[in-house]
Amino acid sequence: MFAFIIRRIIQAVLVMLVISLVGFSIKNSMGDPVRDLVGERVTPEERAQMAEKLGLNDPFLVQYGRFLKNALKGDLGTSFIYRKPTLEVILKHAPATIELVLGAALIVILVSLPLGVYSALKPKSLLSRFTMGFSTLGVSVPVFLTAIMFIYLFAVTLRILPSYGRGETIDLFGNGYWQSGMFTIDGLKHLILPCVSLASIMLPLFIRLIRSEMMEVLETEYIKYAKAKGLSPMRIWLVHAFKNTLLPVVTVFGIQIGIMFAFTILTETVFQWQGMGFMFLEAVERSDISLWIAYLVIVAAVFVFVNTVVDIMYGFINPTVRIAGTR
Amino acid sequence: MSHLLEIHDLEVKFALRFGDITAIDGVSFALDKGERLGIVGESGAGKSVTGFSIINLISKPGYISKGNIRFEGNKISSYSDEQMRKIRGNRISMIFQDPMMTLNPVFTVGFQMIETIQAHRKISKAGAKKIALEKLKKVHIPSPEQRLGQYPHELSGGMRQRIIIAISLLTDPAIIIADEPTTALDVTIQAEIMDLLQELCESDNMALILITHDLGVVSQVTEKIAVMYAGKIIEYGSTDQVVKHPVHPYTEGLIKSIPGTVIKPGEDLVQIPGMMPTLTNIPPGCAFNPRCYLKEAICTQKTPELKEVGNGILAACHMK
Amino acid sequence: MTKFQKFKESYFLYSFKRDKVAIASFIILATLLILAVTAPWIAPEDPYDANNIDIMDSEIPPMWSEGGESRFILGTDNMGRDMLSTMLYGLRTSILIAVGAVFLQAGLGILVGLTAGYIGGKTDAILMRIADIQFSFPYLMLAIFISAIFQAVYGIGSYERLAVPLLIVIIGLAEWPMYARTIRASVMGEVNKEYVEAARVIGLSRPTIMIRHVLPNSLTSLMVISTIQFANAVMSEAALSFLGFGMPVTKPSLGSLIQAGFDFIFSGSWWITVFPGIWLVLFVLVINLLGDWLRDVLNPKLYKG
Repeated sequence: MFAFIIRRIIQAVLVMLVISLVGFSIKNSMGDPVRDLVGERVTPEERAQMAEKLGLNDPFLVQYGRFLKNALKGDLGTSFIYRKPTLEVILKHAPATIELVLGAALIVILVSLPLGVYSALKPKSLLSRFTMGFSTLGVSVPVFLTAIMFIYLFAVTLRILPSYGRGETIDLFGNGYWQSGMFTIDGLKHLILPCVSLASIMLPLFIRLIRSEMMEVLETEYIKYAKAKGLSPMRIWLVHAFKNTLLPVVTVFGIQIGIMFAFTILTETVFQWQGMGFMFLEAVERSDISLWIAYLVIVAAVFVFVNTVVDIMYGFINPTVRIAGTR
Repeated sequence: MSHLLEIHDLEVKFALRFGDITAIDGVSFALDKGERLGIVGESGAGKSVTGFSIINLISKPGYISKGNIRFEGNKISSYSDEQMRKIRGNRISMIFQDPMMTLNPVFTVGFQMIETIQAHRKISKAGAKKIALEKLKKVHIPSPEQRLGQYPHELSGGMRQRIIIAISLLTDPAIIIADEPTTALDVTIQAEIMDLLQELCESDNMALILITHDLGVVSQVTEKIAVMYAGKIIEYGSTDQVVKHPVHPYTEGLIKSIPGTVIKPGEDLVQIPGMMPTLTNIPPGCAFNPRCYLKEAICTQKTPELKEVGNGILAACHMK
Repeated sequence: MTKFQKFKESYFLYSFKRDKVAIASFIILATLLILAVTAPWIAPEDPYDANNIDIMDSEIPPMWSEGGESRFILGTDNMGRDMLSTMLYGLRTSILIAVGAVFLQAGLGILVGLTAGYIGGKTDAILMRIADIQFSFPYLMLAIFISAIFQAVYGIGSYERLAVPLLIVIIGLAEWPMYARTIRASVMGEVNKEYVEAARVIGLSRPTIMIRHVLPNSLTSLMVISTIQFANAVMSEAALSFLGFGMPVTKPSLGSLIQAGFDFIFSGSWWITVFPGIWLVLFVLVINLLGDWLRDVLNPKLYKG
């Protein structure tokens, strides 16, 4: 088991190195650190001086080494737009996105589990058919369209929910770092539409996944044997079948969290939500290379981290993996 | 006279998209306490379906279309699922073919044993654990304490099957239905498992229905034998009689294809020409007629009934 | 029996004829495809031709509303383009990109998957690791910045000309791991079967065995995921266009139309978003429905009878 964990961690580190190298190469060839620090109104001499001071004329590997060293210290360059370290900018925008994803994830778990299990157990019932039909529709509508429709319906027509922004936020830790919208009524009202829109991408997928996994599990020999042993249907479904269903679903969930982060870009645009996705788009549009490279590297890091954790957790839940050790 | 288990005219059909096909066509037999019956036949003859239908566990789209099943005097074929649950795993236990597929891979052996006991009896976990250990010892599993905490994939095939047998004993059932219990195991382990089953049935006076295509195994363990072909029983009698003096041409062919029983060294083994028909292609009259060396005109017109042909054997053949 | 007769009597067709949803979806899909392919001939005007567009024509509502004109059946967008024409051309572009992307994904993915699955060992481990990494990374971000870099480096003009192939490449490269994984799983399942061993014994080379024997057996999974991937490709292109990193402003696709209309939804010009929206959803929906039906038909385990 231990060997398994170590192996996964080493793989994770390797992946991060590769990604950081790629990120740095792009930044190196396209970015302009001098401009990031002092803007555009400097003379060529001053630029040359700055370049020398920043070590921009050193060989590639030396610069890369410096980049890594700084990265580990938390310095990923400076944002041209905000005139602040990129890490700080990203962290300031992070809470908004995290709350969005958290809310959406919660909705997905709370809705897809019961619905998925129910449609597997009673596939012919009206609710199941309706759910499946609705989920096919859900998969066919792109998230930004859903978001727009929600805004049109709830904000423009019915006027019961706000159409953009985060609303009233409170300073969660008192140090200006985490502006949370989850603790005020207004903030929560602002959270509803974006979270539901974001959840709408994952919901159909998970309902179908849980349903099909469960249906497959229900056809296995060991479920038939459980029946032959005379176990109660409730126990067969909710203990045996459920645990076996959960395993693949958990892995997918780990990956999907990542995809949800990607789709926050689309959602945040529509709702003017000041999160990282919004920031990313702005950075790309305004050529703030440092910022979006930094963001990319961080996102990659988060992904790798989440995936590694999920893999390790999977190893704990699924006993067959522990012995085998490898994928 | 009331038997422990009585099957009357059982008919099982499968509802497929193109129509219903009959998998079991009028099967009847009886089982008494402590009796060991073997149901023999090729793959597809309907033996497993018969076994499953006793505890009403036929996979959809199968269903019992006719006939009834009586257990301890009660008509269990018309029981609700809730009522059947009290019989399954409790009064009638079943052993499946492949022990690797039968045990849930994500739960320990102990978990799967204890839940079986607790499903049928109000007993504490400790009490259930005691019974589990007792049964594990009965099937001669070394270090039973350790086994309880292990997962199915950590054990060998023979060990798993022993555990399944132990699970089937947990509630001291009246009947064990064993569906091809040794097919997925090595030959050496096969013998051990069969010996074990025989020993257990004898010591606890449990009835056994052994479903298999292996005549060798059947002749070793069972007292009565029912030979199935294309969904019907075509020969029925004491194992000893049937194996030494088969009546139905099919049984004859089966026995004569195994070296050492009827055919002596130096003689040619018999091969039955052709193949058993699929359920959608059963020929009219006697289902065996295209392959039978005794075939006459009547064999293609009328389906033979199971009747006494002497020596306590029943056979379904016009020619005998 | 000829192949056609075989097909006519096959279970495939039988099941199709019985499923009303499948039939309806197929008809709608066929109609949309025909409309898209014949767009250059049946559209009232060419929305990609800058000469046709008059900014004074912008924001005209659909024909049946007040202020509508018969010239523009579904109204015009914010630049004065005819909605109907733009939707037809947009659909065409989307299909083109999606088809190209799926072919690229499938080609690359199948190649990698076959190799990894059959050779196994280190090659397999490395290839699958790469696939996993890519699989877990949000390609949407990558797509955005590749697009941005391209625009920055090569200028808007080049971008407009090369948008379609670029998008095909981006979306194609993004999703190949899906195919690779599926094929690899299939191959690994088949490789252990006896017919492969038999083929080796006869003396067939590895690539031959892979292509001629193993691949056809994986065909059903491939067909199923292809429908999903096609739908995904369409949605991806729409998303990229919505953000401004897909089709350029001069050659709008459905996604960019929806984006353009978003700003106007509050001021009342709802048709700029709604019509392309419905059009897009309809298209993806029928693809998904047919994909679902295909999956059910090809899976013998699920009897609905």
